[in-house]
Amino acid sequence: MLEAIQSALSFLPDGLVTLLIILLKIFALLLPLLGAVAYLTLAERKVIGYIQIRIGPNRVGPRGLLQPIADAVKLLFKETILPTNANLFLFILGPILTIGPAMAAWAVVPFDDGLVIADIDASLLYILAMTSLGVYGIIIAGWASNSKYAFLGALRSAAQIVSYEIAMGFALVGVLLAAGSLNLGEIVTAQQGSVVQWFMWPLLPLFLIYFISGLAETNRAPFDVAEGESEIVAGFHVEYSAMTFSVFFLAEYANIILISLLTSAMFLGGWLSPFEGILPESMLTGGALGLLLGSGIHWLLLKTAFFMFLFLWIRATYPRYRYDQIMRLGWKVFIPITIVWLLVVAAMVVGNVGPWFD
Amino acid sequence: MAEIRNYTLNFGPQHPSAHGVLRLVLELDGETIERADPHIGLLHRATEKLAETKPYNSSIPYMDRLDYVSMMCNEHGYVLALEKMLGITAPERAQYIRVMFDEITRILNHCMWLGAHALDIGAMTVFLYAFREREDLMDAYEAVSGARLHAAYYRPGGVYRDLPDSMPKYEPSKWHNQKEVDRLNENRQGSLLDFIEDFTRRFPTYIDEYETLLTDNRIWKQRTVGIGVVSPERALQMGFSGPMIRGSGIEWDLRKKQPYAVYDKVDFDIPVGVNGDCYDRYLVRIEEMRQSNRIIKQCVDWLRNNPGPVMLDDHKHVPPKREEMKSNMESLIHHFKLFTEGYSLPEGEVYTAVEHPKGEFGIYLVSDGANKPYRLKIRAPGFAHLAALDEMSRGHMLADVVAIIGTQDIVFGEVDR
Repeated sequence: MLEAIQSALSFLPDGLVTLLIILLKIFALLLPLLGAVAYLTLAERKVIGYIQIRIGPNRVGPRGLLQPIADAVKLLFKETILPTNANLFLFILGPILTIGPAMAAWAVVPFDDGLVIADIDASLLYILAMTSLGVYGIIIAGWASNSKYAFLGALRSAAQIVSYEIAMGFALVGVLLAAGSLNLGEIVTAQQGSVVQWFMWPLLPLFLIYFISGLAETNRAPFDVAEGESEIVAGFHVEYSAMTFSVFFLAEYANIILISLLTSAMFLGGWLSPFEGILPESMLTGGALGLLLGSGIHWLLLKTAFFMFLFLWIRATYPRYRYDQIMRLGWKVFIPITIVWLLVVAAMVVGNVGPWFD
Repeated sequence: MAEIRNYTLNFGPQHPSAHGVLRLVLELDGETIERADPHIGLLHRATEKLAETKPYNSSIPYMDRLDYVSMMCNEHGYVLALEKMLGITAPERAQYIRVMFDEITRILNHCMWLGAHALDIGAMTVFLYAFREREDLMDAYEAVSGARLHAAYYRPGGVYRDLPDSMPKYEPSKWHNQKEVDRLNENRQGSLLDFIEDFTRRFPTYIDEYETLLTDNRIWKQRTVGIGVVSPERALQMGFSGPMIRGSGIEWDLRKKQPYAVYDKVDFDIPVGVNGDCYDRYLVRIEEMRQSNRIIKQCVDWLRNNPGPVMLDDHKHVPPKREEMKSNMESLIHHFKLFTEGYSLPEGEVYTAVEHPKGEFGIYLVSDGANKPYRLKIRAPGFAHLAALDEMSRGHMLADVVAIIGTQDIVFGEVDR
């Protein structure tokens, strides 16, 4: 399809065609992503509603399906209040700095074999860099608001990040060791073979730690101290309203999806079918059944949906940590575990321990 | 070098965990509390002063509005004071009804407390579970008094009326079809007592549900164990009562120590804590809910087997039946006198206290012989607890202040009065 577009545009200069194609790819990714973000908010309200023996939104549209649209319209038309004593430049920069990296990180995410915007070799590093940048938006927003609650939220966020980034980074190093590559596509293909080959087995502690760090990274319960509804009201975004406010949430939910997707790609074999190595090869390749049971983007989305559900489930169940307790968990529990497990993984790789590294 | 100053934070009155209108001025060192200064009075409605201008019975509804999550217990304290001054006692059936509703109120209050406390600490599901049970109990309130919150059901000389033989039922609507309504009405087919009995059968499993979510939850324990510790000595010195003093390990419960109504005839235990921290107080209150359930069961059994009057037949203090009033001259006069002038209390003073869900709720009443009090002083348990907030939260973190406010079970209706 890309070639067809390319040839249709051949009357334009070469550089412009490349640019247009890149823009097209970006739109093809971002529009579904924003749709998914909108409907994740509805899914959250519905899932948590049922967990809490309520039914959740059910008035706008059939079964409440148009609720995200209504929310978006409301937020768009509200007034963006700019506090008098805020540093306006930074106040506006905060949300931008949060959403920018959250969207940019998706550039290197592979959805299927070769289905990726930028197939770069350092994609894991790129993702680590992008997801870490998001926190600056929060810190800047909290500081620029010139509100005590927002400031506390920003400080908490900073404290949280220093304790989680490291554990998360080490978990990624484990994946790097196991796959022998920093390219996400290659990480997924390294897990080919069968369910047993998936990295969640040899890297089980790292898998759990990565997901929990992901919860912290996205400021979700039980690590939502930066927001801390019942303690510091809304934390870093108390002073934000309308679109500036919703941009934070766009970023948060985009990050949830990203973390879920990355967890499934790095530890659960991404788009690889769980039936690989179980069902005969012929069933996985040919025909409609092969399309369904064989590897493909639908498996990736299914696995991602599972982790997104976990995010919501955990939010409905657990109380919130105190922020010093999060730091204790990060430094005294997660980092030691990851370091020890890194040595184990390295030993396994060097020793060619089967069935993963032989 | 710049001067280092503490960070002063205005916590409330508009704050999600200010439990109404608590205004706390916090002095912070980072997130550590250096000083917590509670400001009160934002919900002051001059209940005590208002009571001085009205006949005694007209103040009963004000009592509901003191601690607006444990309505009937407040009424009980006030009504007992009046009865003590008048030298009358309510019929036994009325006393059983009062005890039953006191315990229903205790569960109502503790459910509210549990939900709010858990929500403050970040566990939001418990809140909605607890409110599911509150719904049933408020239906019981509604069945007996017509109001879901401010019942005004207890009167000097008994209770306003006997327990109803039928429960209010749901009706089909745009949102609930007949089938759903039938399911909702399943336990409402019999009398109020049947409904309450059915509730007491279900309630222990509900408490187990809350406990599954919280009691052994590591995060819950990290957030409550060792937070807001009060030693037994300090608890006594600061005038704690109710679950707050029991959490510190002092076995003090007015229902046992100074029994009123029929608490000496029902069987129940008093849970006490060991460490005096938020977690112990949580356990104490959870166990109190189970004990209240036990008391309600006993009351239901007794009430089923012992029909009788629920109001004294003394028309100097208790209005006559309406039908009598319509046909009997003397009753009409009694009725008129009671509803205009009311009754007068003998000169003197009285103090009565009840074990309110939050602690010792006391009424100190001075009468100069008129038909209204000369002075009414309400001893609200929450006031003494709130006064200890500074001491309990000093040295803890901002997030713990929220847990401590939660564990104190503050309701501003009674603190500000």
